[in-house]
Amino acid sequence: MKVVLQNLTKIFPSRNKKVKGEVVAVNDFTFEIPDGKLIGLLGPSGCGKSTTLYMISGLQKPTSGKIFFGDDDVTELSTENRGIGLVFQNYALYPHMTVKQNIMFPLQNLQGADKLSKAEMLERAETAAKLVQIDDLMDRKPSELSGGQQQRVAIARALVKMPRVLLLDEPLSNLDARLRLQTREEIRRIQKETGITTVFVTHDQEEAMSISDMIVVMKLGVVQQIGKPQDVYDDPTNLFVAKFLGTPPINVFNGRVKDGTVYIGEDAVVTGTDVSDREVIIGIRPEGFELDENGPLQCTLSNVEVMGRDVSIVSKNDASVNPVIRSIINSDHKIDTTVETVRYSVKLHKFFLFDKETEERIYFEVK
Amino acid sequence: MPNKDNMTTMHEKDITKEKSRQKVVKLFVQVMVYAFLVAMAIIVLFPFYWMIISSLKTLDEYRMSVPTFWPKTVMLSNYAEAFTTANLGRLFVNTMIVGVISTLLSLVITVLSAFAFARLEFKGKDLLFSALLATMMIPGELFTITNYSTVTQFGWMNTYTVLIVPFLVSVFYIYLLRQNFMQIPNELYLAAKVDGTSDLKYLWKVMVPLALPTLISITILKMMGAWNSYIWPRLVANDEAHRMITNGLRNAFTDTTGDVNYPVQMAAVALVSAPLFLVFIFLRKYIMAGVSRSGIKG
Repeated sequence: MKVVLQNLTKIFPSRNKKVKGEVVAVNDFTFEIPDGKLIGLLGPSGCGKSTTLYMISGLQKPTSGKIFFGDDDVTELSTENRGIGLVFQNYALYPHMTVKQNIMFPLQNLQGADKLSKAEMLERAETAAKLVQIDDLMDRKPSELSGGQQQRVAIARALVKMPRVLLLDEPLSNLDARLRLQTREEIRRIQKETGITTVFVTHDQEEAMSISDMIVVMKLGVVQQIGKPQDVYDDPTNLFVAKFLGTPPINVFNGRVKDGTVYIGEDAVVTGTDVSDREVIIGIRPEGFELDENGPLQCTLSNVEVMGRDVSIVSKNDASVNPVIRSIINSDHKIDTTVETVRYSVKLHKFFLFDKETEERIYFEVK
Repeated sequence: MPNKDNMTTMHEKDITKEKSRQKVVKLFVQVMVYAFLVAMAIIVLFPFYWMIISSLKTLDEYRMSVPTFWPKTVMLSNYAEAFTTANLGRLFVNTMIVGVISTLLSLVITVLSAFAFARLEFKGKDLLFSALLATMMIPGELFTITNYSTVTQFGWMNTYTVLIVPFLVSVFYIYLLRQNFMQIPNELYLAAKVDGTSDLKYLWKVMVPLALPTLISITILKMMGAWNSYIWPRLVANDEAHRMITNGLRNAFTDTTGDVNYPVQMAAVALVSAPLFLVFIFLRKYIMAGVSRSGIKG
């Protein structure tokens, strides 16, 4: 089931009665979610990603715009008639019911032709429980389960109705680091097995990048970029997206372009571009540096962190926006930690220019 | 180092001394605490003790100018007499009818309005709730006069209705339950909505079970209230058919000369108090929870 969002906008009235005004939580969001894909809505808190999810679920009504499931316009349809499964950040399991009762609860509301017998409900609940591998916990109460198990129960409960669309609100944020890794694989597996179009919301870029077919990066209600995780990482449209994706984060410098040469401080890091003369913001991914004795970029060495596979070099440069520059170098290189300065050359495909004012990407070619 | 051993011993001596000193202090504090508690318990329990021994005395012994602390002849027959003289059976039945019906109706009203105030969005919700809370500041006795004129105009005098209806809505219970409902995460409601659960079903299947301890507290408090009510029933329903237990006790033991047979009355009081006593002993967990949760009297 593809999901189409058309000029979706949500405006909340201002909470403060004395201050007139409104908050645009989601601004003109248009996107077609392909059938059977896993989509990550990504952004810092307050960027409108949860609001978008709630609008798809029908729990919130869009101020304007339309939502289609397949070819059906569901914008005016109430939540229960949309055929969605929703998993909440805190799982929202009914604490007084057993796992089995929790999973069966959505089925008990089916009316008319869809009405199921007790045996059918039980069978459906067990199928859903097997899918998320909790079929041996059916008689426990939620309080007797670990966070990861509760999460699975919540997913089973969302899946038991065989929804057309599965929505997950920050599904991993309440789990510890190890469980998070495991559970995100699990979500990926379940999504692949069921083939249900899934949208999930997260503020953790690593989480979104690792399992999504596509990610949508949002900021203050406005979609910044949509694409495959690797494409968005490799080709950010603006400084915000470049900064938001990647750990360690991208290194940002103030610089300028003169006669086609890009300068960081006095160092001419890239020459022969077709960019006109102006002030720019320069972004270089940590893996975009290469140690080079004759390299153009000179930095003061702070320290070297060995991480086994890679070495992370922490250095400083006056033009850097962040206090330190972090570069990741293959550990095959022998690094002399006693030197005071390191020199880098940069890999062009990890090197981005942004407009100083708009922070939009400046695309360039090197002659 | 010759005196190292010596020093250790000194140190150990200090510790033993300090330990025994602490022991004495602890013991002293404990004795004081228990003495205080015992004194308080005696003050609280003495009236009950007095009720029971009085109920076992003969009228003559009861009237002695120097009271006895233990009855000379134990008159268990006072209890049988109390039951017949006061028509206690009828009083019990009346009180139960009023208690059970008013509790059930009151629970329905409380649950529904608490849900509305806790979960539903409607215009003027906050204002309405503040107005309700404000009524709590008016002492209940002040309502007696207006209520009295209202029910006489309705022609409800000497009916069960007059005993039940004026107290069906309790702002305090609504407030108590609303606070309880508000602690239930909103996501549960949204999750139920996604699954197509109606408000009423959600209320019944999720909120009521989760708030059960509070509901039990309310039931107990309401039943106790019906059992203990005195002024209102005395004013509006004092005929034989609808008389409630507390009023029955007040009047039944006065003979034609105006003399009151106190030992028999005390026996009746003991009989009437027994159910409350049992309720308190077995369900005090819920009573305490209900009262302490809101920090306001029950």
